[in-house]
Amino acid sequence: MVSVNKQGNVTVIELEGSIDGKTAPQVRDEMKPALEDSTQAILDMTKVGYLSSAGLRLLLLVYREFTARKGKLVLVGVAPDIQAVMSHTGFLNFFTLKETQAQAMEALGQGQ
Amino acid sequence: MMEPRIDYYPTHEHEGFKFRRGHTLPFGATVVPSGVNFSIFSSAATSCTLVLFRKHEAEPMVEIEFPQEFRIGDVYSMIVFDLDVEELEYGYRMDGPWNPSAGYRFDRTKVLCDPYARVLGGRDIWREEPDWSSPQQHRGRLAFNDFDWEQDRPLEIPTEDLVIYEAHVRGFTAHPSSGVSAPGTFAGIREKIPYLKELGINCLELLPIFEFDEWENSRKHPDTGEWLLNYWGYSTLGFFAPKAGFAATGRFGMQVDELKTLIKELHQAGIEVMLDVVFNHTSEGDHRGPVISFRGIDNRTYYILTPDGWYYNFSGCGNTLNCNHPVVRNMVLDCLRYWAAEYHVDGFRFDLASILGRDQNGAPLPNPPLLESLAYDPVLSKCKLIAEAWDAGGLYQVGSFPAYGRWAEWNGKYRDCTRKFLKGDAGHAGEIATRIQGSPDLYYYRGPTASINFITCHDGFTLRDLFSYNGKHNEANGENNNDGSNDNESWNCGWEGESTDPGVNALRAQMMKTAICLLMVSRGVPMLLMGDEFGRTQHGNNNAYCHDDDLGWMNWALAEDNAGLLRFTREMIRFRHQHSVLRSRSFFEHRDRVGSGYADITFHGTQTWRPDFSPGSRCLAFRLDGAHAGSPDNSIYVAINMFWDGLPYELPSPGEGKRWKVAVNTSMPSPQDICPTSEAPFLEDQSSAIVGPRSIMVLVADSQ
Repeated sequence: MVSVNKQGNVTVIELEGSIDGKTAPQVRDEMKPALEDSTQAILDMTKVGYLSSAGLRLLLLVYREFTARKGKLVLVGVAPDIQAVMSHTGFLNFFTLKETQAQAMEALGQGQ
Repeated sequence: MMEPRIDYYPTHEHEGFKFRRGHTLPFGATVVPSGVNFSIFSSAATSCTLVLFRKHEAEPMVEIEFPQEFRIGDVYSMIVFDLDVEELEYGYRMDGPWNPSAGYRFDRTKVLCDPYARVLGGRDIWREEPDWSSPQQHRGRLAFNDFDWEQDRPLEIPTEDLVIYEAHVRGFTAHPSSGVSAPGTFAGIREKIPYLKELGINCLELLPIFEFDEWENSRKHPDTGEWLLNYWGYSTLGFFAPKAGFAATGRFGMQVDELKTLIKELHQAGIEVMLDVVFNHTSEGDHRGPVISFRGIDNRTYYILTPDGWYYNFSGCGNTLNCNHPVVRNMVLDCLRYWAAEYHVDGFRFDLASILGRDQNGAPLPNPPLLESLAYDPVLSKCKLIAEAWDAGGLYQVGSFPAYGRWAEWNGKYRDCTRKFLKGDAGHAGEIATRIQGSPDLYYYRGPTASINFITCHDGFTLRDLFSYNGKHNEANGENNNDGSNDNESWNCGWEGESTDPGVNALRAQMMKTAICLLMVSRGVPMLLMGDEFGRTQHGNNNAYCHDDDLGWMNWALAEDNAGLLRFTREMIRFRHQHSVLRSRSFFEHRDRVGSGYADITFHGTQTWRPDFSPGSRCLAFRLDGAHAGSPDNSIYVAINMFWDGLPYELPSPGEGKRWKVAVNTSMPSPQDICPTSEAPFLEDQSSAIVGPRSIMVLVADSQ
């Protein structure tokens, strides 16, 4: 569900599968240690097929906790239909979204 | 950091589901730490069973009967632990007597909807044909109530400054011409916020958005085979649940967030949101109707019944909600508080509100406790409360609705009088003089903000049809044109229906502009119907409740075809916003209160100081004195000529050092029909002006 790697100072977390009420607690637990010792992160959602209401809430919670510690977090690879849902429900306004990891790196000031 | 509550542990178990005694209040299903609290009332049930489903599954995953010690008074409550709230659906079985003549209709074979369900499943996608074989068409679900409103709260725009726009959520953007990415939804309206803002309205009134069943009483038209649906939705399934099918994200159960996002962003654009709420009846109909919720939970409490247990039908829809029963009254109050506090709704318009003032036997109350409670409620204290002050049982209370200083009314008399006057009927100049003042004859003790002025609304002709049809044409409703009102006070301008005659069409365009002008210079609160700003037509249908099609939808292509009318409407709304002399909480006093040398309002005719209120009159002119406005404003002179020929009007004085400018002249083609006050030309002849047939001229006094 969650795989983590480090690219320089940036923690890159790739999520996979469905994030809903059932999986959200586990996803959160797995992401937590990776985010704790980092101030810059990318959440790659390319392999996320479904994001439920509870899944969106998890993302927003993680995002808020992270940015509250003065961290910067960018979402990457959010499928168009998920983006539409995020837009209609207002969630999109709260996140920084980029299409690719490279663009996200740039947004984090880590571009080549 | 709070320690976990010591009482949040299971005490009981049934088929692997752990539960314990719950909290009696609040009613409904509420997420609590590690569980869900369920609470429901029934005064006559002998036992109650909670039925839990996995979303979309036919069979329940568990049924848990409430142990008797879980009941306090008439309320059953329990907390069930470790539920996936997103995938949960629930209902109740109630056991009790089946004795219709005594008002009891318990049937434990039915799984009933919670009257307090925050979300209802079953009609997740608009118009998707349901599985009719399913015994429960609707089931309760839980809603997240953690929406991030940021700085938002209801706008509290002064009522006198409102310009209301009445719209159907689906009809507003369902037509392909709307160009939005999510047609017919809350999200679709959100994409049109820039349009609404540019139009200048500052209050969006939505036709019912509480969950309803669009398939209720659905049928195919006998001739055309078209589906006729419960499109308007004046038939509530659940008072706390937003209509899932109106949300692009309804299929994902996210209608709550989508509607809140719409409201939040409308607020950011300076637009209030008003809900049309239907508390007069429910979708369960009469004794032949389905058992969905109230009937099976507590029939005698929720409905007004005859002494032998039949349903009173003051709503015209089969049953009548027993609004002044203390329990039902509290439900209505809880519901409105919920929408005001949780959804930041700015106001409510109550459908057939006179029913809310009937007692438990149906008799009108002089001091209805429900209306009084709403008027004095601490949460609702800044909400606009608007009554449709009549019902289908013959109660007509326009001007006499119990108001407690709070309630406004849809002013049906404004509509009727302006229509007659506009189509050229003689003898209405006197009443029009009263209506344009905000109807002091009706609302003397309440002020003009009690008068919601409208010429058209969803119920009846559109503005274009008002001047295109002498009679209704409701054949498409499949009831042989027997439905809908026959008292339309409309005029077809010389040809019934669509016309290619340029003269007829020019006259219709002029009549529409004249009507909008009259509405915008009237004291009170103007309300426009969706699409009237660019000539929406229902082809003469004055009761389009069942048309989820071109007839009920707004065709945005008309915005280009009738760009002149759209421009006129925008400018006319802007004119109203710019001139505080047109808006006030108080009535005119017909005297000079400020020493300007003029009374706040003076009436004139074709001759100054001589208004003609005789039976043959079709003319009226009035001068509003700018010095009497709430904030300094120009004086305004309005000359109305509903005679079929142009007439010269003597002009009153614009005031010392001022001259009259022509701001509006509805007899002129666009764009000469209206211009912003700063650009308006001065009249050459300041002593008199010709006002064209069936038109209005508005002059503004300005310095050189």
